[in-house]
Formats: sequence, structure tokens, C-alpha cells
Amino acid sequence: MAQVHIPAAWRDLSGGASVIDVPGKSLRQIIAALDRQFPGMAQRACEGEQIAAGLAVSIDGGLTTRGLLAAVRPDSEIHFLPAIGGG
Amino acid sequence: MTSPQSKPYKVIGTRPVRHDGVDKVTGRAVYGSDLQPTGVVYGKIVRSPIAHGRIKSIDTSAAEEVKGVLAVATAADFPHLANKIAELGEGSVNLAHLAANVLAQGKVLYKGHAVAAVAATSPHLAEEAAQLIKVEYEPLPVVTWVLDAMREDAPLLHDDVRTNSMGKKAAKPSNVPTHIHFEMGDVDAAFAKADVIVEREFKTASVHQGYIEPHVSTAHWNQDGHLTVWTSTQGSFTARQQTAELLQIPVSQVTVIPCEIGGGFGGKIAVYFEPVAAILSRKCGRPVKLVMDRDEVFEGTGPTPGSFVRIKLGATKDGKLTAGEAWLAYDAGAFPGGMIGPGCMCVFSCYELPAARVDGYDVLDNKPKTQAYRAPGATQAAFACESVMDELAEKLGIDPIELRLRNAVKEGSRRVDGPTYPRIGFIETLQAAKNSPHWKSPLVGSNRGRGIASGFWFNIGLKSSASAHVNSDGTVSLVEGSTDIGGTRTSVAMQLAETLGIPAEAVQPRVADTDGVGYTDVTGGSRVTFATGLAAHKVGLDIARQMTERAATLWECDPAEVECVDGVYKTNGKSITFQELAGKLQSTGGPVVGRAAVDPEGPSNGFGTHIVDVEVDPETAKVTVLRYTVVQDAGRAIHPGYVEGQMQGGAVQGIGWALNEEYMFDEQGRMQNPNYLDYRMPTALDVPMIETIIVEVPNPAHPFGVRGVGETPIVAPPAAMANAIYRATGTRMRELPMSPPRLWAAMSAKKS
Repeated sequence: MAQVHIPAAWRDLSGGASVIDVPGKSLRQIIAALDRQFPGMAQRACEGEQIAAGLAVSIDGGLTTRGLLAAVRPDSEIHFLPAIGGG
Repeated sequence: MTSPQSKPYKVIGTRPVRHDGVDKVTGRAVYGSDLQPTGVVYGKIVRSPIAHGRIKSIDTSAAEEVKGVLAVATAADFPHLANKIAELGEGSVNLAHLAANVLAQGKVLYKGHAVAAVAATSPHLAEEAAQLIKVEYEPLPVVTWVLDAMREDAPLLHDDVRTNSMGKKAAKPSNVPTHIHFEMGDVDAAFAKADVIVEREFKTASVHQGYIEPHVSTAHWNQDGHLTVWTSTQGSFTARQQTAELLQIPVSQVTVIPCEIGGGFGGKIAVYFEPVAAILSRKCGRPVKLVMDRDEVFEGTGPTPGSFVRIKLGATKDGKLTAGEAWLAYDAGAFPGGMIGPGCMCVFSCYELPAARVDGYDVLDNKPKTQAYRAPGATQAAFACESVMDELAEKLGIDPIELRLRNAVKEGSRRVDGPTYPRIGFIETLQAAKNSPHWKSPLVGSNRGRGIASGFWFNIGLKSSASAHVNSDGTVSLVEGSTDIGGTRTSVAMQLAETLGIPAEAVQPRVADTDGVGYTDVTGGSRVTFATGLAAHKVGLDIARQMTERAATLWECDPAEVECVDGVYKTNGKSITFQELAGKLQSTGGPVVGRAAVDPEGPSNGFGTHIVDVEVDPETAKVTVLRYTVVQDAGRAIHPGYVEGQMQGGAVQGIGWALNEEYMFDEQGRMQNPNYLDYRMPTALDVPMIETIIVEVPNPAHPFGVRGVGETPIVAPPAAMANAIYRATGTRMRELPMSPPRLWAAMSAKKS
């Protein structure tokens, strides 16, 4: 299962857990599974069918540009981060 | 991804003359202000004289009666945009906010906020007419300091903005659109293990990107409904999308033609003029050109955030960090979406911390909407963290480079925001700094001091497209979509040349408009040589495959029997050069065209370490930079001359930020120094030759090992300068800029 690092700001929903193993082959499936385990997570992570504005998702060190369609491997490490740009 | 090539390169690492060099030095390169389309007319923007107020009325009638005035526009001419979010590749934008920044809707939020626009047959007529547009305001209280804006009783800029804490929305409106919180480990317990703890507060002023070329755009809305925009932009596709979204027309109805660009540094990503020129053009049927004056650039476009940062670091006696805590508040300016995210992610990015907590706040105030500026958000954070590291080193009696080496991040280190690093080169930059002629040389003389600081910037990937075709004379015409700010035509062309085994001069690169190349993200995030270079490499592989097939056709053999070494195709004792083969394309199958589109997702992680010697005049507190060395991991320097140029340019901008640059506001929030006489940027007379040491720890995520290099060099300078000033004067400066009046006051206070 993928290892999802729960942002500190979301740990009120996860009972304080900071890292959780979650099943899923895509980011959509991961977030859906997270939300089943900890209701409210999807509302924090998504706006409609997209990752919430201002959020970025790191999968195995890369910031995915594929949104909810991003592929996830069984040993992937996932982080929810603030979106960044550059100058 | 294959691992970086280890074979000796023929093109990479050399210093060919840039392809656009002759045009640039002879003045023939076409910038936005050079354009004079047939029938062009001239626009002028009416800007708010106050920093906060409601617009009670706008009366354009007198201006419209002026002979020669062809069109007038206000926000009422734009489509209504609800809180729609548009993805712009590098990030998302709230279109209602973007539209209200382009032309104010209901309220003005900073002095210089655009309110209306006029187009006339001459620039002077447009200026006169603009003065006849009567705007009645109801002034509102003003706030320009980030901590004041966070107070409960602060004047509210937007009544519909509520604090979003990673998806958790607050109930009532505030000036804090975003709160970021990172935490790892047991922070309090980790601080309890420290032998020494240093906690300090830091302030930085708003500074501008300071590009020499002001914003300039020309738009022509043709009678067939097609809109053409010539503009100075860091991203033609991003400019197209923003313009199309704001006007609510399909992107296919807009062509953006990027002109040469006289600097951007992050400030030419958001649109200001493009949609306004388009509206004026639609109204008058003529091309409309808008050019900013320098005061408009300062007052109407994005500076980087002013900030307040509190840092706490704990370490054991042997110099191992135990814990870190950071509290950061950054200006967003008039609209949400500042640089607090990367600030929080970068503040501890150079060091391994067993436990850390970071809180960051994006704060609205009555300044222009902040925009990215070279490693956005990282410089403010590094000024604080690297100053505290210097103080820790002093308290522990450990050499400042040695303290950094004992705690430096490396492959596998986890950042406070979560992800771990792949192979990075921070330790190598510290070692190179330690072994540098500069660090090893003595610094003699009174009132002199040497400082060191390190800096990090992610660098990004994102989408790039490129194509190329082989000409019959053996040259290759390369078409790419990245607007060229720092010599990237050449650094991208060199990667194609290396792949094909031909000279850099045999590639002719061209930056195409939005109809001439596939989607390409902005020139920003230090991404072009990395990502567009990757696209060029893949174009080369595509062409090389086709050329191999052509050689096989020529020799009536299987392509698998043909090998290519350094641009020479061979089989069974026969050989033909790339150039010779190019001359036989028409008889072996016709044109050869290669293409590629890439979307690399990984950051390329750039680290740098800077050393500076200063002398401080004890009477005037003027700081003279005696010697400055930049050490940076470039992964692989494609064109070392351009890498050095980026390192030098970033350092000089950072020196300006450290010593002089600041927006000075009066009590009504009006900028007092919107010109280059009073907004003091360093010139060639103010800095010595910046020495450079390029470290090459190849990026495993790029075939040649490229890391971005453009932004990292601005991160360390203010902290390095502050640490040097401390050693010269005994005074720790924790506020930027360290201008003579501020430094003199601090030195005097210390004496008394």
C-alpha cells in the first residue's frame, strides 16, 4: 500500500496519525480511500474533480501535474504540499 | 530516465557565442516597444491615487470627447467572473482576483491600482485624456505592514476571503487567506535536548524584481474575432490562457507572440496589460499599444513580499541541530496568493532536523499584488535561518561552514514539509566553499568582516514542447516555446546539438508564438535548460532515429546495422556525416522532422553557498562589498558562461536586497520612491567582479544531469551580507535592507 503522509493541519481528522498506509492505484483512489477511513479528507484535498487550488501533491519526490489521475505504486510515498511557482 | 551520461561531451560544457548575440548587441532584436503595427494607437492607464478606497463613480465622458480618443475601458467592459479558478501550469489563479487586479472592480486596494484605460491616436493625447477621467473615491483605512494587517482590528481588504489552512476554511473573513503548518517529530522534547538555543526575529522590506524593460503589450482584435497579442512575457501560453480566460473567449481565438524580454525574474508571468489592450482594440478596431512608465512598474506590478520571520534553532554542544521552529508572515499584497508556501518549505531546507515546526501566513495588505521574484519566498526565509545558524556557530565556537557540514541535507534527508531528497549537491558546495581561494585567504584591515550563508531553491519541471527539422546543408532549425530571458536558446540548442553530434552553431533556435509550437509552460522556476533542454534532447533522439533509417535506406541495409558515433553514421566500413546525410534527405524519403513534448515532475534541487567580504564605514555605515564568491551546484553546466552569469546576476540582486532596496511608504500607503534614483539598485560601480565556482553533482532525473540554476543564487546573499556586517561591526542586523541609516542607527545604539 502507498504511504500517505498526513499534513499536520489534517491530523485532526486522522486522530493525530501522521503516516498512513492507503490502498489505491491512482491519486483519486488514494484520496477516496483516505476519505472512507477519515471522513472530511477529500473535502480538504479536492475542489470538485481537481486537487484543491493552492495544493500540490508529491508522489515519490515529484510534484505530479496529472492531478487525480496520477498513478500511484504500491510502495509510493505521497505528500500534500502548498503549491509553488518560480521566478 | 537513463542516468546522466558519463562520456566526455563535445558541446556541453563549452561556451559558444549565443545565437541571438548579434541581434542583441546591435540593437536589432525586437522588443515590445519596437513594434509599430499598421494603424497602431496608444493606450494609457488611469491609476488610483489612494491605497484603499471604494470607487463611487467613474466618469469617462470628458475623455471620450477629446478629438483623437478612440476608446475608453473600465472593469465594466470585462465579463463577470465568479470565483473561477484557472490552472496556469505553474499554479492556479482566481480569475475574479486577476481581473480585479487588471482593472479595479468596486474597490482600489493599493496606490497605483489600475482603474480605467483610454486609447488615442498619440501617446500624449492618451495621457491627456486619462487625466480627464474622473474617479470619485471613498477612502478607507490603509495597512501596509504585514503584522498590522493580521490584527483583528485591521482594515479588511476583501470581505469574502477566509483563512484556508490546507483545506480547512475559517468561518469569518480576514486578511489572512492562507495558513500553512508543518510539523514533524516531538519539537518540544527535541528543544529540551539542545545545549544552545537561539531565537530571533527578522523583517524584510518589499522589493521589486527591477527588470530594466517595463511592461509593454500591443493587442489587435481583428474583425474576424481573432486576437493577436505581442507582449513581453515569461510565458506566451500562460499569457494566452489568462487573456482568454479574462475575456471569456477560446484560447484558439488568441495568438500570443512573445517579444524579446528585458528581464522578468517572476514579475512577467501574471498579465496586466494584455486583456486591457485587447478590450480597447475591440472597441476601436485598431492595434492598441500600452507601455508602462517606471513609476507604474513599481506601483502597479508585483513586488516580492515584505516579511516578518521568527526562527528558533537548538543544537548540542558538538554542533548537531536538535530542533527548529519558524513562524513566517509574508505580504500577499492586494490579492491572495503570495509566496508563503515556498517560504515555509525552504526555511529549513538546507539542514537535517530531527524535529521541526513551521507556521506560515499569507497576508493581504494595501500593496500591489505580490508576484514571484527569483526563488520566491526563499530569500526572506534564508535571511532568518542563515543568520541564526551563524549566531549558533559563534555561540558553539564552531566554524560556520563546519556547523553547516555537520547538519547538511543529503540524499535521503527528509524536509520539514515531508519529501526526501534524491541525490543533491549541498555538501559539495560547502566543501568547495571551504576549499575556495576566497575562504582560505586572510581578510585584513579594520572595519572588515567575512560572512557565509547557504541557500536552496527547488527548481521545477513542468511542460515543454519542441520540434526541429533538418536542413539540406546539415543545419537543424529548432523551434521551442520558452521565451529566452537568460540565454536559453543556446543552452537548449546545445543539448540538441550534443544529442545529434553536431556543433552548437549548426542548430538555429527560434522561440515560436503560441500557434507555432506545442504548449510550453513559463520561463520560470529555473526550468528551461532543464525541461525544454530535455525536450530538445528527445527531439534529437527522434531525429537521430530517422537519420539512421535514412542512412540504412542509402546503404540498402537494416537500420539496426547502422550505428552513429559523434554525428557520423557507419555500417560495414561505410560512413557518412550528419551534414552529408542531410544533403541526401530528399532522395531517401523527404524531410526529417523531430518533435517532443515533456512533462518532468521532479524538482532539480539547487543548493548554493556564498562568501562575502565587506567593509563598513564607521562614520556613515556605508557597506562596501570587497569580494564575493558564489558556489553552486549546477548539476551539469551546459554553457558554463551562462551559469556563471546567473550566479553573478542573482548575487547582485541579492546584494541590492540586502543593502538598499525597499519600497518606502508614507502613512497613506503611497510609495515614496517609485524611480531608480530613489529606489537604489546596485550598479556595476557598487559591486566587485563576482567570483564563481560551479559544482557539478549531476541530477539523476536529466540525461545530461542538468539542474536549474537561475534562482538559487539570490537566496543566500542577504544572510551572507548580514553575517559579514556583524563581523565587521559587532552589530547583528535583523532587518532588510541594511541601508546606511538603518545600520548607522543599529551601530549607534550598540555603542550607547
